[in-house]
Amino acid sequence: MEKKKYEQLVNKHTPKENIIVNAIIAFIIGGLMGIIGQGLIDIYSSIFSISTKDASVFMIVTLIFVGCLLTCLGVFDKMVQFAKCGLIIPITGFAHAMMSATLEYRKEGMITGIGANMFKLAGSVIIFGVVSAYVFGLVRLLIFGG
Amino acid sequence: MIYLYSFLFCGLICMIGQIILDNTKLTPGHITTMFVIIGAFLDIFGIYDKIVLMAGGGALVPITSFGHLLTHGAMVSAFDYGVMGLIMGMFDLTASGISAAIIFSFFLSLIFKPKD
Repeated sequence: MEKKKYEQLVNKHTPKENIIVNAIIAFIIGGLMGIIGQGLIDIYSSIFSISTKDASVFMIVTLIFVGCLLTCLGVFDKMVQFAKCGLIIPITGFAHAMMSATLEYRKEGMITGIGANMFKLAGSVIIFGVVSAYVFGLVRLLIFGG
Repeated sequence: MIYLYSFLFCGLICMIGQIILDNTKLTPGHITTMFVIIGAFLDIFGIYDKIVLMAGGGALVPITSFGHLLTHGAMVSAFDYGVMGLIMGMFDLTASGISAAIIFSFFLSLIFKPKD
């Protein structure tokens, strides 16, 4: 009993010390991701001479590719352990969720593995995004008249 | 100046997520889903568009922009076609992100093997 109580005490006290540090790390890493995103938009719009709206699409695709590649190389998991939400909340977290599910179930075959499980982790984002966008859009159309 | 705003906005969103992750039992999946819904909600009155104008890339990088783009595409075509337009235009703006994620993860999974 005393061992269990001791473990409970330890569990209670260890994470509390890191909460502030974790929040600051997530703030800095997340902010750097934002700067990278804005930097990529500026670079693409000046190199290809396109509008910022098109450049933002290029930027999102680039970040998704980088997220997928780093997950494949096994680097992303280590980075997430350090930065946590700083890398999960940006679009790289979406790419990571999809890539890791695909890698994990690949050995079960093309159709039953990759095809059936690709959206296992990232599916909730798409489904709830679409449902909430539909509901909010409907509410605005019906109540506020567009 | 836009770089400062994008640092602050993107950092703030990530920090809120981290605080929720540390203080509750929610998984990262819950948190990303929550932020998508928040992004979709903020777009219905065009609040998120103003944030994008101010913070630029910082507002487009977090997952909230995914919800914003879903609602934005749906609303733009809803102005033309009514309720059906909501369904027609849902993926207009997010198609690139979802397609890119599917294509890259499919082909990269053929090349790489899982590492533990």
